[in-house]
Amino acid sequence: MQPIQPTDVQTALDQLIGKELYLHLETTNGAYANHNNDSVLTVNAYIRNGKVTPLSGKIMGSGPYRVGLKIELGWIYAEGLTHWEIDSQGRLLMAGHDQEGRLAVALQLSSSPFDV
Amino acid sequence: MNDHLLVIFPHPDDEAFGVSGTIAQHTKKGAPVTYICLTLGQMGRNMGNPPFATRESLPLIRQKELENACAAVGIKDLRQFGLRDKTVEFEDEKFLADQFLAVIEEVKPARLITFYPGYSVHPDHEATARAVVRAVKGMAEMERPELLCVAFAKNSEEDLGAPHIVTDVSDVFEDKMNCIKAHKSQTQWLVDRVEKEAGMMEWVKNERFWRYPL
Repeated sequence: MQPIQPTDVQTALDQLIGKELYLHLETTNGAYANHNNDSVLTVNAYIRNGKVTPLSGKIMGSGPYRVGLKIELGWIYAEGLTHWEIDSQGRLLMAGHDQEGRLAVALQLSSSPFDV
Repeated sequence: MNDHLLVIFPHPDDEAFGVSGTIAQHTKKGAPVTYICLTLGQMGRNMGNPPFATRESLPLIRQKELENACAAVGIKDLRQFGLRDKTVEFEDEKFLADQFLAVIEEVKPARLITFYPGYSVHPDHEATARAVVRAVKGMAEMERPELLCVAFAKNSEEDLGAPHIVTDVSDVFEDKMNCIKAHKSQTQWLVDRVEKEAGMMEWVKNERFWRYPL
């Protein structure tokens, strides 16, 4: 993955508008967050292969970045994104990593289902 | 006497820290070890800075690491169950227990090592442990393997007492470290600490188990 260049990500998002896509969306502070620090709540949300058709998509912020997608009946967004790539299968992968390189948030879009 | 050891954990690297020395001692004697690993640890968070992995490439990396880790401690029978990290507790427990039971009946282990239910912190660890206990409880008493559990919740010693078995694995320390190092994407931080901190070294040189009261 590379550090996000917002104009490049915006170009990639633009190409996905109106297409039926598979969504991976997660945010996590790790399964051991509370084990490692009593005052922290372990939190994690996860969607693998939600089927969505974005009506519009924007990247905002000055880094870390926010990406929001408008869909027919609502919204999808992720905050804290730092890195991105189009992988070898043509999927748009975006993630937010902390200073130690740990993934904290991921937003990914693919024209075929992600592996489960 | 059958000296088969069966190890059941949900994530590649769960075997590395607490059990790989015991495994290496076992395989060095020429005794067989079967390792059931339920997932590929797909939800690991450590991607590196700069990132060396993505959410999608991590499982491919961890597959290779798992194979290398098994080779490091002489595991020849690795059974991968193809589940998804962080979803084990949402699977049907009886289905999982039945799958474990089929392997137990096949390899007839003298000892089975897994996590201690209620004292293993991660929901996948807990779900695995519960299903193992369910599988073993379903067996006739005479047929059951000895069930040894790894516990690392903060209240483990307070509630369970001192570990029933503490195994000194100094004689296979290098193999154990090679197993830990094989899971490079997950264990770099630990390897650094073991090499710098005397306390960590002692922790790695001893493996601690509690017998589960069936």
